[in-house]
Amino acid sequence: MEDSHVISVLVENKPGVLARVSGMFSGRGFNIHSLAVAPTLDPEYSRMTIVTQGKEQIIEQIIKQLRKLVNVVKVQDLTRGDYVDREMVLIRVRATGPKRSEVLNLTDIFRAKVVDVTHDTVTIEVSGTQSKIDAILELLAPVGILDLLRTGMVAIQRARKGS
Amino acid sequence: MTKTPICTLSERELNPTVKISGAHILLESLKAEGVDTIFGYPGGAVIDVFDVLARHFSGDFRFVLVRHEQAAVHAADGYARATGKPGVALVTSGPGGTNTVTGLATAYMDSIPVLVFTGQVPTALIGNDAFQEADIVGITRPCTKHNHLVSRVEDLARTIREAFIVATTGRPGPVLVDLPKDVMQAKTPFHYPLDLELATYKPTVKAHPPSIKRAADLLLEARRPVIYAGGGVITSAAHQELRTLAEMLFLPVTMTLMGLGCFPGTHPLSLGMLGMHGTYRANMAVSGCDLLLAVGARFDDRVTGKIEEFAKDAKIIHIDIDPTSIQKNIGVDVPIVADARDAMAQLIAAVRGQGVPPEHRENLKDWHAQLTAWRSEQRLRFDRTTETIKPQYVVEKLYELTAGRAIITTEVGQNQMWAAQYYLFDEPRTFLTSGGLGTMGYGFPAAVGAQVAFPDKLVIDIAGDGSIQMNIQELATVKQYKLPVKIAILNNGFLGMVRQWQERFYDQLYAHTDITAAPDFVKLAEAYGAVGLRAETTSEVESVIKRGLETPGPVIMDFVVEREEGVYPMVPAGGSVKNMILV
Ligand SMILES: Cc1ncc(C[n+]2csc(CCOP(=O)(O)OP(=O)(O)O)c2C)c(N)n1
Ligand SMILES: [Mg+2]
Repeated sequence: MEDSHVISVLVENKPGVLARVSGMFSGRGFNIHSLAVAPTLDPEYSRMTIVTQGKEQIIEQIIKQLRKLVNVVKVQDLTRGDYVDREMVLIRVRATGPKRSEVLNLTDIFRAKVVDVTHDTVTIEVSGTQSKIDAILELLAPVGILDLLRTGMVAIQRARKGS
Repeated sequence: MTKTPICTLSERELNPTVKISGAHILLESLKAEGVDTIFGYPGGAVIDVFDVLARHFSGDFRFVLVRHEQAAVHAADGYARATGKPGVALVTSGPGGTNTVTGLATAYMDSIPVLVFTGQVPTALIGNDAFQEADIVGITRPCTKHNHLVSRVEDLARTIREAFIVATTGRPGPVLVDLPKDVMQAKTPFHYPLDLELATYKPTVKAHPPSIKRAADLLLEARRPVIYAGGGVITSAAHQELRTLAEMLFLPVTMTLMGLGCFPGTHPLSLGMLGMHGTYRANMAVSGCDLLLAVGARFDDRVTGKIEEFAKDAKIIHIDIDPTSIQKNIGVDVPIVADARDAMAQLIAAVRGQGVPPEHRENLKDWHAQLTAWRSEQRLRFDRTTETIKPQYVVEKLYELTAGRAIITTEVGQNQMWAAQYYLFDEPRTFLTSGGLGTMGYGFPAAVGAQVAFPDKLVIDIAGDGSIQMNIQELATVKQYKLPVKIAILNNGFLGMVRQWQERFYDQLYAHTDITAAPDFVKLAEAYGAVGLRAETTSEVESVIKRGLETPGPVIMDFVVEREEGVYPMVPAGGSVKNMILV
């Protein structure tokens, strides 16, 4: 079974660390579906959210190989617990004539935002779970998507009750 | 020559305000780490370090000027394997650094603690395609355990300490430290942080007691147990514990190529090496066992062959310090992440605690009878009647005439396998070979490293005629430093191991493996000021070895051997014992 896993990796914020992580994936033939990285509250560290697919045994190897990297502080497979995930996407669509109001309608329904308009295009920003993003992309596809930019997923473990 | 007076480490510790240069800090740090030997090669980017080394530290370090940077790393690696201490190499930027890559990859695959210090262009020029600039940190990221670019002299001492910690602890490995020229020239007060702790690096060394208990239970219940021991036993110095456990429970022991010497090869419980060119009985034993205790070994494909058939009826206990080695190639029943020595000591204590039942030996009687039967069914053998020299005979004679007491290094190919099969190793750190990467050209410079570490020991490189030419330039090094390294070339005029595959699996089409166009190795030795000897018939072998070993200084012994001899037994790649080719 090739399941999708969301792996949260806390690393030292130093030059070359991203290359170490991505090089480990490519060198060992592991797949990166998406990767988002930025400094944490403490600028000495960065947080990576990596979405990857693989059989159980491969995911176990990925996690161990990440832990083995000297600059890696902590690795969690968020998929094993409860977590919240979001991705932001920018979508530019062709929007002329009646299509324009259809696009704006969808923007409303999905609580997306229009961030750029021209005579024949609309660019919207939407964020949400993977299923929400999949849904809006599916609905916008017939209208004509001109360009699409995704940030990759970021995810956080849910806080425990009472903490 | 006038010497600029410098203060010693202790004086400086008292006076931490004295500023010294990066070059100076590097060498003081190496001293603080207990380093006494450096293998290297100079160049513009490290000229400052070489200057300070020659000016102020000539009494502190033995410096060995090799003739190729690859050899510097292999020599440091050979030094490390022979002594257990980290090996150190110092080279220049650009081509100096890129020449170390094969050495690093070799050490990485075999988990050898090696520190490589490379010069780098000044920080202001990094990224500008400056003269002799190479992104060596980028290039070596996947073939080092870790690496660093030091961009400020203030970070230098700490980075060196960190490099030593990472290289020598956990599963050891090579670490590269890149040193820009301006950092070597800049000055700062020196303090060496010997007590440094790394927040993000903490290898597990202690075994989890419940797993040890389970392992002990399984060992006592087993009726057909085998220990499969690898290089990790040598790294962690667990050989005594291994022997105690094996003898206590009457356990047969097979070793990987990297593990040879971790258990006495002459011990009645030794099954010899397993794997592609392992002994028949070792492979049969692993195939038929009901319990496999793997310790410091990683289920490499050259060992397991077809993984589904490997130890398929056995429960497996796997002791390894590297969590990524466990459950990587094969599912195991009892994973134990720990230093091999700690785990084996705990295992011995657990077995003692439980008590070995008096009928234990009796329980294993049938199994040992089977092992003996396998042994007599198929021994390692070769035709002893030929006038043409059999390469196996050369190794056997070397074993006999050195009484098994030499440090043996090997090149790669058939020579390496015959050395592993026919020389019996009773002590750890006496067999130095490139196992994981299989680097032709490793053996001779590794022998240089071992000989520098042990000037009075007999060090022999068992070589192939192809491999020896990959670092033959080191004849100048052994000449310069009067290192009495002996080289025994099993000269078959072929890239023999590749030829053997072509013979077996490619219809005997010997595509580009004939290397009869070769130098006259006797004359070559003489050209370098060493001694060259040759044997062309079986009857000459003994006298050439005797003369070679008696001759002081470096010697090449050129054995002109049977050209198309093969290494057997052989389990073809991806095969199982069922596919084992016996001759
Ligand atoms: C650097 C390098 N290049 C290529 C190989 C592939 N290879 C493995 S064994 C071998 C033949 C080695 O020939 P030789 O040193 O004469 O040893 P023999 O097998 O004849 O004993 C070759 C080319 C290798 N292991 N290392
Ligand atoms: Mg050969």
